[in-house]
Amino acid sequence: MVRYLLKKFALTLPALWLVLTLVFLMIHIVPGDPVEQMLGEGAAPGAAAQLRHVLGLDQPLGTQYGHYLWTLAHGDLGQSFKFQAPVRRIIFERYPATLQLAFLALLVCAAIAIPAGVLAAHRRNRAADRLVGLFTLFGLAIPNFALGPLLILLFSIEIGWLPVSGRNGTASYILPAATLGAALAAILTRMVRGALLEELSADYIRTARAKGLSTTAVLVRHGLRNALIPIITILGLQFGTLLAGTIVTETIFSWPGIGRLTVQAISARDYPLLQGCILVISLSYVLVNLLTDVVYTVVDPRVRMS
Amino acid sequence: MRTAEGLRAFLRQSVQARVGLAAALALFVVATFASWMAPANPAAQNLPVRLAAPSRAHWMGTDELGRDVMSRVMYGARISLTVAVCVVVGCGTTGLAIGTLAGYFGGWWDRIVALLLINAFLSFPGILLAIAFAAFFGPGIGKVILALIITGWAGYARLARAQVLKVKELEFALAAKSLGASHARILVRHLLPNILQPVMIQATIGMAGAILAESTLSFLGLGVLAPIPSWGAMLNDARGHLFDAPHLVVFPALAVMASVLAFNLLGDAWRDWLDPRTRSQLAVQELAR
Repeated sequence: MVRYLLKKFALTLPALWLVLTLVFLMIHIVPGDPVEQMLGEGAAPGAAAQLRHVLGLDQPLGTQYGHYLWTLAHGDLGQSFKFQAPVRRIIFERYPATLQLAFLALLVCAAIAIPAGVLAAHRRNRAADRLVGLFTLFGLAIPNFALGPLLILLFSIEIGWLPVSGRNGTASYILPAATLGAALAAILTRMVRGALLEELSADYIRTARAKGLSTTAVLVRHGLRNALIPIITILGLQFGTLLAGTIVTETIFSWPGIGRLTVQAISARDYPLLQGCILVISLSYVLVNLLTDVVYTVVDPRVRMS
Repeated sequence: MRTAEGLRAFLRQSVQARVGLAAALALFVVATFASWMAPANPAAQNLPVRLAAPSRAHWMGTDELGRDVMSRVMYGARISLTVAVCVVVGCGTTGLAIGTLAGYFGGWWDRIVALLLINAFLSFPGILLAIAFAAFFGPGIGKVILALIITGWAGYARLARAQVLKVKELEFALAAKSLGASHARILVRHLLPNILQPVMIQATIGMAGAILAESTLSFLGLGVLAPIPSWGAMLNDARGHLFDAPHLVVFPALAVMASVLAFNLLGDAWRDWLDPRTRSQLAVQELAR
Protein backbone atom coordinates (compact mmCIF):
# COMPACT_ATOMS: atom_id res chain seq x y z
CA MET A 1 0.00 0.00 0.00
CA VAL A 2 2.73 2.48 1.03
CA ARG A 3 4.75 1.49 -2.04
CA TYR A 4 1.73 2.05 -4.27
CA LEU A 5 1.12 5.48 -2.78
CA LEU A 6 4.78 6.44 -3.09
CA LYS A 7 4.66 5.39 -6.75
CA LYS A 8 1.57 7.54 -7.25
CA PHE A 9 3.33 10.49 -5.61
CA ALA A 10 6.40 9.95 -7.79
CA LEU A 11 4.15 10.09 -10.87
CA THR A 12 2.89 13.53 -9.84
CA LEU A 13 6.43 14.92 -9.57
CA PRO A 14 6.84 15.58 -13.33
CA ALA A 15 3.52 17.45 -13.27
CA LEU A 16 4.66 19.49 -10.29
CA TRP A 17 7.97 20.28 -11.95
CA LEU A 18 6.20 21.25 -15.18
CA VAL A 19 3.86 23.68 -13.47
CA LEU A 20 6.63 25.26 -11.41
CA THR A 21 8.79 25.70 -14.51
CA LEU A 22 5.96 26.97 -16.72
CA VAL A 23 4.93 29.50 -14.09
CA PHE A 24 8.57 30.62 -13.79
CA LEU A 25 8.97 30.96 -17.56
CA MET A 26 5.68 32.81 -18.06
CA ILE A 27 7.06 36.21 -17.12
CA HIS A 28 9.73 35.72 -19.81
CA ILE A 29 7.19 35.20 -22.62
CA VAL A 30 5.59 38.60 -22.07
CA PRO A 31 6.03 40.52 -25.34
CA GLY A 32 8.46 43.40 -24.80
CA ASP A 33 9.68 44.24 -21.32
CA PRO A 34 7.47 42.82 -18.50
CA VAL A 35 8.69 45.49 -16.10
CA GLU A 36 7.65 48.32 -18.42
CA GLN A 37 4.29 46.58 -18.93
CA MET A 38 3.78 46.48 -15.17
CA LEU A 39 4.76 50.08 -14.59
CA GLY A 40 2.83 51.45 -17.57
CA GLU A 41 3.42 54.86 -19.07
CA GLY A 42 4.66 57.76 -17.01
CA ALA A 43 6.78 55.74 -14.59
CA ALA A 44 9.53 57.59 -12.73
CA PRO A 45 13.02 57.31 -14.24
CA GLY A 46 14.92 54.51 -12.58
CA ALA A 47 11.72 52.80 -11.40
CA ALA A 48 12.07 50.13 -14.10
CA ALA A 49 15.61 49.26 -13.08
CA GLN A 50 14.59 49.13 -9.43
CA LEU A 51 11.59 46.86 -10.09
CA ARG A 52 13.69 44.66 -12.38
CA HIS A 53 16.15 44.26 -9.53
CA VAL A 54 13.38 43.53 -6.99
CA LEU A 55 11.92 40.84 -9.28
CA GLY A 56 15.41 39.46 -9.94
CA LEU A 57 14.99 39.92 -13.69
CA ASP A 58 18.45 41.49 -13.99
CA GLN A 59 20.05 38.13 -13.12
CA PRO A 60 20.96 35.33 -15.59
CA LEU A 61 18.05 32.94 -16.29
CA GLY A 62 19.65 29.99 -14.47
CA THR A 63 20.24 32.08 -11.35
CA GLN A 64 16.66 33.37 -11.51
CA TYR A 65 15.33 29.78 -11.74
CA GLY A 66 17.44 28.63 -8.79
CA HIS A 67 16.38 31.64 -6.71
CA TYR A 68 12.73 31.07 -7.69
CA LEU A 69 12.78 27.42 -6.55
CA TRP A 70 14.63 28.38 -3.35
CA THR A 71 12.11 31.07 -2.39
CA LEU A 72 9.21 28.77 -3.26
CA ALA A 73 10.65 26.07 -1.04
CA HIS A 74 10.47 28.64 1.76
CA GLY A 75 6.84 29.43 0.96
CA ASP A 76 7.63 32.86 -0.48
CA LEU A 77 5.53 33.75 -3.54
CA GLY A 78 6.88 37.29 -3.89
CA GLN A 79 5.34 40.72 -3.49
CA SER A 80 2.15 41.90 -5.19
CA PHE A 81 2.64 45.02 -7.25
CA LYS A 82 -1.04 46.01 -7.14
CA PHE A 83 -1.79 45.32 -3.46
CA GLN A 84 1.70 46.16 -2.13
CA ALA A 85 1.56 43.09 0.10
CA PRO A 86 3.01 39.55 0.09
CA VAL A 87 1.34 37.39 -2.58
CA ARG A 88 1.05 34.47 -0.16
CA ARG A 89 -0.97 36.53 2.32
CA ILE A 90 -3.36 37.90 -0.33
CA ILE A 91 -3.96 34.46 -1.84
CA PHE A 92 -4.60 32.75 1.48
CA GLU A 93 -7.05 35.48 2.50
CA ARG A 94 -9.11 34.70 -0.61
CA TYR A 95 -8.61 30.95 -0.82
CA PRO A 96 -11.29 29.90 1.73
CA ALA A 97 -14.02 31.68 -0.28
CA THR A 98 -13.01 29.75 -3.41
CA LEU A 99 -12.87 26.42 -1.56
CA GLN A 100 -16.32 27.05 -0.08
CA LEU A 101 -17.73 27.79 -3.52
CA ALA A 102 -16.11 24.75 -5.12
CA PHE A 103 -17.34 22.41 -2.35
CA LEU A 104 -20.84 23.79 -2.62
CA ALA A 105 -20.78 23.40 -6.41
CA LEU A 106 -19.71 19.79 -5.90
CA LEU A 107 -22.64 19.22 -3.53
CA VAL A 108 -25.11 20.86 -5.93
CA CYS A 109 -23.73 18.74 -8.72
CA ALA A 110 -23.99 15.47 -6.75
CA ALA A 111 -27.51 16.38 -5.57
CA ILE A 112 -28.64 16.81 -9.18
CA ALA A 113 -26.56 14.19 -10.96
CA ILE A 114 -27.01 11.12 -8.75
CA PRO A 115 -30.86 11.08 -8.73
CA ALA A 116 -30.98 12.07 -12.42
CA GLY A 117 -28.47 9.37 -13.40
CA VAL A 118 -30.30 6.71 -11.36
CA LEU A 119 -33.61 7.73 -12.93
CA ALA A 120 -32.14 7.61 -16.45
CA ALA A 121 -30.60 4.17 -15.87
CA HIS A 122 -33.81 2.82 -14.31
CA ARG A 123 -35.96 4.18 -17.13
CA ARG A 124 -33.50 3.36 -19.90
CA ASN A 125 -34.61 4.37 -23.41
CA ARG A 126 -37.87 5.82 -22.07
CA ALA A 127 -39.10 9.41 -21.82
CA ALA A 128 -37.35 10.13 -18.50
CA ASP A 129 -34.04 8.84 -19.85
CA ARG A 130 -34.37 11.00 -22.98
CA LEU A 131 -35.22 14.05 -20.86
CA VAL A 132 -32.17 13.49 -18.67
CA GLY A 133 -30.10 12.97 -21.84
CA LEU A 134 -31.31 16.31 -23.16
CA PHE A 135 -30.43 17.99 -19.85
CA THR A 136 -26.89 16.60 -19.94
CA LEU A 137 -26.46 17.64 -23.57
CA PHE A 138 -27.42 21.25 -22.79
CA GLY A 139 -25.50 21.21 -19.51
CA LEU A 140 -22.34 20.33 -21.43
CA ALA A 141 -22.99 22.88 -24.16
CA ILE A 142 -23.69 25.94 -22.04
CA PRO A 143 -20.51 27.56 -20.72
CA ASN A 144 -20.49 29.07 -17.24
CA PHE A 145 -19.90 32.59 -18.61
CA ALA A 146 -23.21 32.28 -20.49
CA LEU A 147 -25.10 30.38 -17.80
CA GLY A 148 -24.15 32.80 -15.01
CA PRO A 149 -25.61 35.94 -16.64
CA LEU A 150 -28.69 33.95 -17.77
CA LEU A 151 -29.30 32.74 -14.18
CA ILE A 152 -28.85 36.31 -12.89
CA LEU A 153 -31.36 37.49 -15.49
CA LEU A 154 -33.90 34.91 -14.42
CA PHE A 155 -33.51 34.57 -10.65
CA SER A 156 -32.19 37.99 -9.67
CA ILE A 157 -33.67 40.43 -12.17
CA GLU A 158 -36.93 38.84 -13.37
CA ILE A 159 -38.03 36.93 -10.24
CA GLY A 160 -35.90 38.80 -7.69
CA TRP A 161 -35.26 35.81 -5.41
CA LEU A 162 -31.48 35.85 -5.25
CA PRO A 163 -28.76 38.51 -5.07
CA VAL A 164 -26.98 39.49 -8.28
CA SER A 165 -23.46 39.28 -6.87
CA GLY A 166 -21.26 39.37 -3.78
CA ARG A 167 -20.85 37.03 -0.83
CA ASN A 168 -23.40 38.11 1.74
CA GLY A 169 -25.51 35.42 3.35
CA THR A 170 -26.56 31.93 2.29
CA ALA A 171 -28.65 33.08 -0.68
CA SER A 172 -25.59 34.59 -2.36
CA TYR A 173 -23.99 31.13 -2.66
CA ILE A 174 -26.78 29.57 -4.73
CA LEU A 175 -26.29 31.12 -8.17
CA PRO A 176 -22.47 30.93 -8.23
CA ALA A 177 -22.55 27.30 -7.03
CA ALA A 178 -25.18 26.35 -9.62
CA THR A 179 -23.22 28.11 -12.38
CA LEU A 180 -19.97 26.43 -11.40
CA GLY A 181 -21.50 22.98 -10.92
CA ALA A 182 -23.80 22.80 -13.98
CA ALA A 183 -21.33 21.37 -16.50
CA LEU A 184 -19.98 18.93 -13.94
CA ALA A 185 -23.54 17.86 -13.08
CA ALA A 186 -24.08 16.98 -16.75
CA ILE A 187 -20.85 14.94 -16.92
CA LEU A 188 -21.61 13.20 -13.64
CA THR A 189 -25.17 12.35 -14.68
CA ARG A 190 -23.80 10.55 -17.73
CA MET A 191 -21.26 8.76 -15.53
CA VAL A 192 -23.89 7.66 -12.99
CA ARG A 193 -26.17 6.40 -15.74
CA GLY A 194 -23.38 4.50 -17.49
CA ALA A 195 -21.91 3.01 -14.31
CA LEU A 196 -25.32 1.99 -12.99
CA LEU A 197 -26.36 0.41 -16.30
CA GLU A 198 -23.20 -1.67 -16.20
CA GLU A 199 -23.90 -2.77 -12.63
CA LEU A 200 -27.55 -3.52 -13.39
CA SER A 201 -26.51 -6.09 -15.98
CA ALA A 202 -24.34 -7.97 -13.44
CA ASP A 203 -25.24 -11.40 -12.08
CA TYR A 204 -25.58 -10.26 -8.47
CA ILE A 205 -28.35 -7.85 -9.50
CA ARG A 206 -30.25 -10.72 -11.13
CA THR A 207 -29.84 -12.66 -7.87
CA ALA A 208 -31.09 -9.68 -5.85
CA ARG A 209 -34.15 -9.42 -8.10
CA ALA A 210 -34.75 -13.19 -7.93
CA LYS A 211 -34.71 -12.92 -4.12
CA GLY A 212 -37.71 -10.63 -4.47
CA LEU A 213 -36.07 -7.38 -3.36
CA SER A 214 -37.88 -4.14 -4.17
CA THR A 215 -36.75 -2.09 -7.18
CA THR A 216 -35.49 0.67 -4.87
CA ALA A 217 -33.41 -1.78 -2.85
CA VAL A 218 -31.94 -3.31 -6.01
CA LEU A 219 -31.18 0.09 -7.49
CA VAL A 220 -29.86 1.93 -4.47
CA ARG A 221 -28.54 -0.69 -2.02
CA HIS A 222 -26.96 -2.93 -4.64
CA GLY A 223 -26.51 -1.16 -7.97
CA LEU A 224 -25.72 2.40 -6.92
CA ARG A 225 -23.51 1.32 -4.02
CA ASN A 226 -21.20 -0.53 -6.38
CA ALA A 227 -21.42 2.12 -9.08
CA LEU A 228 -20.39 4.79 -6.56
CA ILE A 229 -16.68 3.89 -6.63
CA PRO A 230 -15.95 5.28 -10.11
CA ILE A 231 -18.40 8.13 -9.45
CA ILE A 232 -16.53 9.26 -6.32
CA THR A 233 -13.31 9.18 -8.32
CA ILE A 234 -14.77 11.38 -11.01
CA LEU A 235 -16.06 13.78 -8.36
CA GLY A 236 -12.59 14.01 -6.86
CA LEU A 237 -10.89 14.50 -10.19
CA GLN A 238 -13.40 17.13 -11.24
CA PHE A 239 -12.93 19.12 -8.04
CA GLY A 240 -9.70 20.45 -9.48
CA THR A 241 -11.50 21.44 -12.67
CA LEU A 242 -14.02 23.33 -10.54
CA LEU A 243 -11.14 25.28 -8.98
CA ALA A 244 -10.07 26.37 -12.48
CA GLY A 245 -13.70 27.19 -13.33
CA THR A 246 -13.86 29.63 -10.43
CA ILE A 247 -11.86 32.15 -12.49
CA VAL A 248 -14.89 32.82 -14.69
CA THR A 249 -17.64 32.20 -12.12
CA GLU A 250 -16.09 34.45 -9.48
CA THR A 251 -15.67 37.20 -12.08
CA ILE A 252 -19.36 37.03 -13.02
CA PHE A 253 -20.59 37.10 -9.42
CA SER A 254 -17.88 39.39 -7.97
CA TRP A 255 -17.00 36.56 -5.61
CA PRO A 256 -14.02 37.51 -3.42
CA GLY A 257 -11.97 34.39 -4.15
CA ILE A 258 -8.74 33.41 -5.85
CA GLY A 259 -10.41 33.17 -9.29
CA ARG A 260 -11.41 36.83 -9.28
CA LEU A 261 -8.01 37.69 -7.84
CA THR A 262 -6.44 36.02 -10.90
CA VAL A 263 -8.48 38.24 -13.21
CA GLN A 264 -7.59 41.32 -11.14
CA ALA A 265 -3.92 40.37 -11.43
CA ILE A 266 -4.30 40.00 -15.22
CA SER A 267 -5.95 43.44 -15.55
CA ALA A 268 -3.32 45.13 -13.37
CA ARG A 269 -0.45 43.22 -15.09
CA ASP A 270 0.60 42.19 -11.60
CA TYR A 271 2.76 39.30 -12.80
CA PRO A 272 4.01 38.06 -9.38
CA LEU A 273 0.41 37.86 -8.14
CA LEU A 274 -0.74 36.14 -11.35
CA GLN A 275 2.09 33.61 -11.08
CA GLY A 276 1.12 32.97 -7.46
CA CYS A 277 -2.56 32.43 -8.31
CA ILE A 278 -1.81 30.04 -11.20
CA LEU A 279 0.65 28.16 -9.03
CA VAL A 280 -1.75 27.75 -6.11
CA ILE A 281 -4.69 26.65 -8.30
CA SER A 282 -2.47 24.19 -10.20
CA LEU A 283 -0.93 22.75 -7.05
CA SER A 284 -4.38 22.37 -5.49
CA TYR A 285 -5.45 20.50 -8.62
CA VAL A 286 -2.50 18.10 -8.45
CA LEU A 287 -2.99 17.60 -4.71
CA VAL A 288 -6.72 16.86 -5.04
CA ASN A 289 -5.99 14.34 -7.82
CA LEU A 290 -3.41 12.64 -5.62
CA LEU A 291 -5.83 12.55 -2.67
CA THR A 292 -8.53 11.07 -4.92
CA ASP A 293 -6.11 8.33 -5.93
CA VAL A 294 -5.38 7.62 -2.28
CA VAL A 295 -9.08 7.52 -1.35
CA TYR A 296 -9.81 5.30 -4.33
CA THR A 297 -7.09 2.90 -3.25
CA VAL A 298 -8.41 2.78 0.31
CA VAL A 299 -12.03 2.31 -0.78
CA ASP A 300 -11.41 -0.30 -3.49
CA PRO A 301 -8.79 -2.95 -2.60
CA ARG A 302 -8.84 -4.26 -6.21
CA VAL A 303 -6.93 -1.16 -7.32
CA ARG A 304 -3.92 -1.77 -5.08
CA MET A 305 -4.06 -5.53 -5.74
CA SER A 306 -3.72 -4.88 -9.47
CA MET B 1 -17.82 6.07 -53.43
CA ARG B 2 -17.44 3.87 -50.34
CA THR B 3 -16.96 6.98 -48.21
CA ALA B 4 -20.18 8.51 -49.55
CA GLU B 5 -22.11 5.29 -48.85
CA GLY B 6 -20.65 5.12 -45.34
CA LEU B 7 -21.62 8.74 -44.69
CA ARG B 8 -25.16 8.11 -45.95
CA ALA B 9 -25.54 5.04 -43.72
CA PHE B 10 -24.13 6.97 -40.76
CA LEU B 11 -26.55 9.86 -41.27
CA ARG B 12 -29.51 7.57 -41.92
CA GLN B 13 -29.12 5.73 -38.63
CA SER B 14 -28.49 8.60 -36.24
CA VAL B 15 -30.68 11.62 -35.55
CA GLN B 16 -27.83 13.08 -33.49
CA ALA B 17 -25.54 12.93 -36.50
CA ARG B 18 -28.08 14.62 -38.78
CA VAL B 19 -28.78 17.44 -36.33
CA GLY B 20 -25.09 17.89 -35.47
CA LEU B 21 -23.93 17.91 -39.09
CA ALA B 22 -26.71 20.29 -40.19
CA ALA B 23 -25.92 22.73 -37.36
CA ALA B 24 -22.16 22.54 -37.97
CA LEU B 25 -22.63 23.13 -41.70
CA ALA B 26 -24.95 26.07 -40.99
CA LEU B 27 -22.28 27.51 -38.72
CA PHE B 28 -19.61 27.17 -41.41
CA VAL B 29 -21.92 28.81 -43.98
CA VAL B 30 -22.67 31.74 -41.64
CA ALA B 31 -18.97 32.14 -40.81
CA THR B 32 -17.86 31.99 -44.44
CA PHE B 33 -20.53 34.25 -45.88
CA ALA B 34 -20.95 36.59 -42.90
CA SER B 35 -20.00 39.62 -45.00
CA TRP B 36 -22.90 38.89 -47.40
CA MET B 37 -25.41 37.56 -44.89
CA ALA B 38 -25.00 40.04 -42.04
CA PRO B 39 -27.54 42.87 -42.21
CA ALA B 40 -25.00 45.54 -41.15
CA ASN B 41 -21.34 46.26 -40.61
CA PRO B 42 -20.56 44.70 -37.19
CA ALA B 43 -18.36 47.66 -36.21
CA ALA B 44 -20.71 50.41 -37.45
CA GLN B 45 -21.89 52.50 -34.49
CA ASN B 46 -25.29 54.12 -34.34
CA LEU B 47 -25.56 55.80 -30.94
CA PRO B 48 -29.16 57.07 -31.26
CA VAL B 49 -30.41 53.45 -31.26
CA ARG B 50 -28.06 52.13 -28.59
CA LEU B 51 -29.33 49.22 -26.46
CA ALA B 52 -32.45 48.86 -28.64
CA ALA B 53 -34.50 45.70 -28.02
CA PRO B 54 -34.96 43.19 -30.87
CA SER B 55 -37.13 44.68 -33.60
CA ARG B 56 -37.74 44.41 -37.34
CA ALA B 57 -34.83 46.76 -38.04
CA HIS B 58 -32.46 44.90 -35.71
CA TRP B 59 -33.59 41.28 -35.24
CA MET B 60 -31.33 40.75 -32.21
CA GLY B 61 -31.30 44.37 -31.03
CA THR B 62 -28.32 46.68 -30.70
CA ASP B 63 -25.48 46.96 -28.18
CA GLU B 64 -24.23 49.88 -26.07
CA LEU B 65 -22.67 51.56 -29.12
CA GLY B 66 -25.72 50.96 -31.31
CA ARG B 67 -24.02 48.15 -33.27
CA ASP B 68 -26.27 45.46 -34.75
CA VAL B 69 -26.09 42.39 -32.48
CA MET B 70 -27.12 39.94 -35.21
CA SER B 71 -24.25 41.06 -37.44
CA ARG B 72 -21.84 40.78 -34.53
CA VAL B 73 -23.09 37.27 -33.68
CA MET B 74 -22.61 36.25 -37.33
CA TYR B 75 -19.09 37.69 -37.52
CA GLY B 76 -18.41 36.14 -34.11
CA ALA B 77 -18.97 32.74 -35.71
CA ARG B 78 -16.11 33.53 -38.08
CA ILE B 79 -13.73 34.23 -35.19
CA SER B 80 -14.85 31.19 -33.21
CA LEU B 81 -14.51 28.83 -36.15
CA THR B 82 -11.18 30.28 -37.30
CA VAL B 83 -9.72 29.81 -33.84
CA ALA B 84 -11.31 26.37 -33.43
CA VAL B 85 -10.09 25.05 -36.80
CA CYS B 86 -6.54 26.40 -36.26
CA VAL B 87 -6.40 25.02 -32.71
CA VAL B 88 -7.73 21.60 -33.68
CA VAL B 89 -5.38 21.35 -36.69
CA GLY B 90 -2.43 22.59 -34.62
CA CYS B 91 -3.14 20.33 -31.63
CA GLY B 92 -4.00 17.37 -33.88
CA THR B 93 -0.83 17.66 -35.97
CA THR B 94 1.46 18.22 -32.97
CA GLY B 95 -0.20 15.53 -30.86
CA LEU B 96 -0.32 13.04 -33.72
CA ALA B 97 3.36 13.55 -34.54
CA ILE B 98 4.57 13.32 -30.94
CA GLY B 99 2.23 10.49 -29.91
CA THR B 100 2.86 8.40 -33.03
CA LEU B 101 6.63 8.68 -32.73
CA ALA B 102 6.51 7.89 -29.00
CA GLY B 103 4.31 4.85 -29.52
CA TYR B 104 6.22 3.56 -32.55
CA PHE B 105 9.81 3.93 -31.36
CA GLY B 106 9.21 3.34 -27.63
CA GLY B 107 12.30 3.38 -25.39
CA TRP B 108 13.58 6.47 -23.61
CA TRP B 109 11.83 8.83 -26.05
CA ASP B 110 8.50 7.21 -25.18
CA ARG B 111 9.23 7.28 -21.46
CA ILE B 112 10.17 10.97 -21.52
CA VAL B 113 7.36 11.99 -23.85
CA ALA B 114 4.62 9.74 -22.49
CA LEU B 115 5.43 9.71 -18.80
CA LEU B 116 6.81 13.18 -18.37
CA LEU B 117 5.34 15.52 -20.92
CA ILE B 118 1.95 14.07 -21.86
CA ASN B 119 1.01 13.09 -18.30
CA ALA B 120 2.28 16.37 -16.92
CA PHE B 121 0.25 18.43 -19.42
CA LEU B 122 -2.83 16.30 -18.78
CA SER B 123 -2.47 16.75 -15.03
CA PHE B 124 -3.88 20.29 -15.23
CA PRO B 125 -7.12 21.71 -16.51
CA GLY B 126 -6.17 22.95 -19.98
CA ILE B 127 -8.20 26.12 -19.63
CA LEU B 128 -6.17 27.23 -16.58
CA LEU B 129 -2.88 26.97 -18.46
CA ALA B 130 -4.49 28.59 -21.51
CA ILE B 131 -5.65 31.54 -19.36
CA ALA B 132 -2.16 31.81 -17.89
CA PHE B 133 -0.43 31.70 -21.28
CA ALA B 134 -2.90 34.11 -22.86
CA ALA B 135 -2.49 36.50 -19.92
CA PHE B 136 1.28 36.58 -20.37
CA PHE B 137 1.24 36.57 -24.19
CA GLY B 138 -1.29 39.43 -24.27
CA PRO B 139 -4.53 39.57 -26.28
CA GLY B 140 -4.81 38.82 -30.03
CA ILE B 141 -6.19 36.01 -32.17
CA GLY B 142 -2.78 34.50 -33.01
CA LYS B 143 -1.78 34.44 -29.36
CA VAL B 144 -5.08 32.81 -28.36
CA ILE B 145 -4.49 30.08 -30.95
CA LEU B 146 -0.92 29.57 -29.73
CA ALA B 147 -1.99 29.41 -26.07
CA LEU B 148 -4.68 26.85 -26.86
CA ILE B 149 -2.31 24.69 -28.96
CA ILE B 150 0.36 24.69 -26.25
CA THR B 151 -2.18 23.48 -23.70
CA GLY B 152 -4.25 21.18 -25.93
CA TRP B 153 -1.89 18.87 -27.87
CA ALA B 154 -1.37 16.34 -25.08
CA GLY B 155 -4.81 14.71 -25.37
CA TYR B 156 -4.23 13.97 -29.06
CA ALA B 157 -0.72 12.69 -28.34
CA ARG B 158 -2.00 10.26 -25.71
CA LEU B 159 -4.69 8.95 -28.05
CA ALA B 160 -2.30 8.59 -31.00
CA ARG B 161 0.31 6.84 -28.84
CA ALA B 162 -2.25 4.36 -27.49
CA GLN B 163 -3.57 3.63 -31.00
CA VAL B 164 -0.07 3.12 -32.44
CA LEU B 165 0.89 0.78 -29.58
CA LYS B 166 -2.17 -1.33 -30.51
CA VAL B 167 -1.88 -1.20 -34.29
CA LYS B 168 1.90 -1.68 -34.64
CA GLU B 169 1.59 -5.25 -33.34
CA LEU B 170 -1.04 -6.24 -35.93
CA GLU B 171 -0.12 -8.60 -38.79
CA PHE B 172 -0.13 -6.03 -41.59
CA ALA B 173 2.31 -3.78 -39.74
CA LEU B 174 4.58 -6.70 -38.87
CA ALA B 175 4.39 -7.89 -42.49
CA ALA B 176 5.42 -4.45 -43.77
CA LYS B 177 8.32 -4.46 -41.33
CA SER B 178 9.46 -7.94 -42.33
CA LEU B 179 9.36 -6.92 -46.01
CA GLY B 180 11.92 -4.26 -45.16
CA ALA B 181 9.74 -1.17 -45.31
CA SER B 182 11.35 1.94 -43.84
CA HIS B 183 10.11 3.47 -40.56
CA ALA B 184 8.71 6.44 -42.46
CA ARG B 185 6.79 4.18 -44.86
CA ILE B 186 5.38 2.02 -42.05
CA LEU B 187 4.34 5.10 -40.12
CA VAL B 188 2.81 7.08 -42.98
CA ARG B 189 1.40 4.36 -45.26
CA HIS B 190 0.40 1.69 -42.76
CA LEU B 191 -0.06 3.03 -39.23
CA LEU B 192 -1.35 6.56 -39.77
CA PRO B 193 -4.40 5.66 -41.90
CA ASN B 194 -5.40 3.08 -39.29
CA ILE B 195 -5.26 5.41 -36.31
CA LEU B 196 -6.72 8.47 -37.96
CA GLN B 197 -10.41 7.80 -37.31
CA PRO B 198 -10.37 8.03 -33.47
CA VAL B 199 -8.17 11.13 -33.76
CA MET B 200 -10.71 12.69 -36.14
CA ILE B 201 -13.51 11.98 -33.65
CA GLN B 202 -11.47 13.61 -30.91
CA ALA B 203 -10.89 16.55 -33.25
CA THR B 204 -14.64 16.93 -33.86
CA ILE B 205 -15.35 17.04 -30.13
CA GLY B 206 -12.23 19.21 -29.79
CA MET B 207 -13.87 21.82 -32.05
CA ALA B 208 -16.52 22.30 -29.34
CA GLY B 209 -13.81 22.57 -26.68
CA ALA B 210 -11.84 25.10 -28.72
CA ILE B 211 -14.92 27.26 -29.31
CA LEU B 212 -15.63 27.21 -25.57
CA ALA B 213 -12.01 27.99 -24.72
CA GLU B 214 -11.80 30.89 -27.17
CA SER B 215 -15.04 32.33 -25.82
CA THR B 216 -13.78 31.94 -22.24
CA LEU B 217 -10.55 33.79 -23.04
CA SER B 218 -12.45 36.52 -24.87
CA PHE B 219 -14.86 36.79 -21.93
CA LEU B 220 -11.87 37.41 -19.65
CA GLY B 221 -10.51 40.04 -22.04
CA LEU B 222 -7.69 37.79 -23.22
CA GLY B 223 -9.07 36.90 -26.64
CA VAL B 224 -9.42 38.90 -29.82
CA LEU B 225 -9.03 42.64 -29.67
CA ALA B 226 -11.96 45.08 -29.95
CA PRO B 227 -13.76 45.97 -32.16
CA ILE B 228 -13.52 42.44 -33.70
CA PRO B 229 -16.72 40.73 -32.56
CA SER B 230 -16.34 37.61 -30.43
CA TRP B 231 -19.12 35.81 -28.55
CA GLY B 232 -17.16 35.70 -25.28
CA ALA B 233 -16.32 39.41 -25.42
CA MET B 234 -19.96 40.22 -26.30
CA LEU B 235 -21.09 38.33 -23.19
CA ASN B 236 -18.57 40.18 -21.07
CA ASP B 237 -19.81 43.55 -22.41
CA ALA B 238 -23.40 42.43 -21.79
CA ARG B 239 -22.82 41.94 -18.07
CA GLY B 240 -22.99 45.68 -17.55
CA HIS B 241 -26.42 45.83 -19.18
CA LEU B 242 -28.21 42.88 -17.57
CA PHE B 243 -30.92 45.21 -16.25
CA ASP B 244 -31.53 47.43 -19.27
CA ALA B 245 -30.67 45.17 -22.24
CA PRO B 246 -30.97 41.45 -21.41
CA HIS B 247 -31.00 40.55 -25.13
CA LEU B 248 -27.27 41.27 -25.18
CA VAL B 249 -26.74 38.14 -23.05
CA VAL B 250 -29.26 35.86 -24.70
CA PHE B 251 -28.08 35.83 -28.34
CA PRO B 252 -24.32 35.35 -27.93
CA ALA B 253 -25.07 32.72 -25.24
CA LEU B 254 -27.36 30.85 -27.67
CA ALA B 255 -24.70 31.08 -30.39
CA VAL B 256 -22.02 29.52 -28.17
CA MET B 257 -24.44 26.83 -27.01
CA ALA B 258 -25.61 25.94 -30.51
CA SER B 259 -22.09 25.60 -31.89
CA VAL B 260 -20.82 23.56 -28.95
CA LEU B 261 -23.90 21.37 -29.16
CA ALA B 262 -23.42 20.84 -32.91
CA PHE B 263 -19.86 19.53 -32.63
CA ASN B 264 -20.58 17.51 -29.49
CA LEU B 265 -23.54 15.81 -31.18
CA LEU B 266 -21.55 15.07 -34.30
CA GLY B 267 -18.56 13.72 -32.38
CA ASP B 268 -20.71 11.60 -30.05
CA ALA B 269 -22.69 10.18 -32.98
CA TRP B 270 -19.51 9.34 -34.88
CA ARG B 271 -18.00 7.62 -31.83
CA ASP B 272 -21.21 5.65 -31.29
CA TRP B 273 -21.21 4.69 -34.96
CA LEU B 274 -17.72 3.22 -34.64
CA ASP B 275 -18.64 1.30 -31.48
CA PRO B 276 -20.03 -2.06 -32.71
CA ARG B 277 -22.34 -2.41 -29.69
CA THR B 278 -24.01 0.98 -30.21
CA ARG B 279 -24.02 0.43 -33.97
CA SER B 280 -25.99 -2.79 -33.65
CA GLN B 281 -28.48 -1.01 -31.35
CA LEU B 282 -28.89 1.77 -33.93
CA ALA B 283 -29.46 -0.83 -36.64
CA VAL B 284 -32.15 -2.53 -34.53
CA GLN B 285 -33.86 0.85 -33.92
CA GLU B 286 -33.72 1.57 -37.66
CA LEU B 287 -35.32 -1.81 -38.44
CA ALA B 288 -37.99 -1.25 -35.79
CA ARG B 289 -38.95 2.00 -37.50
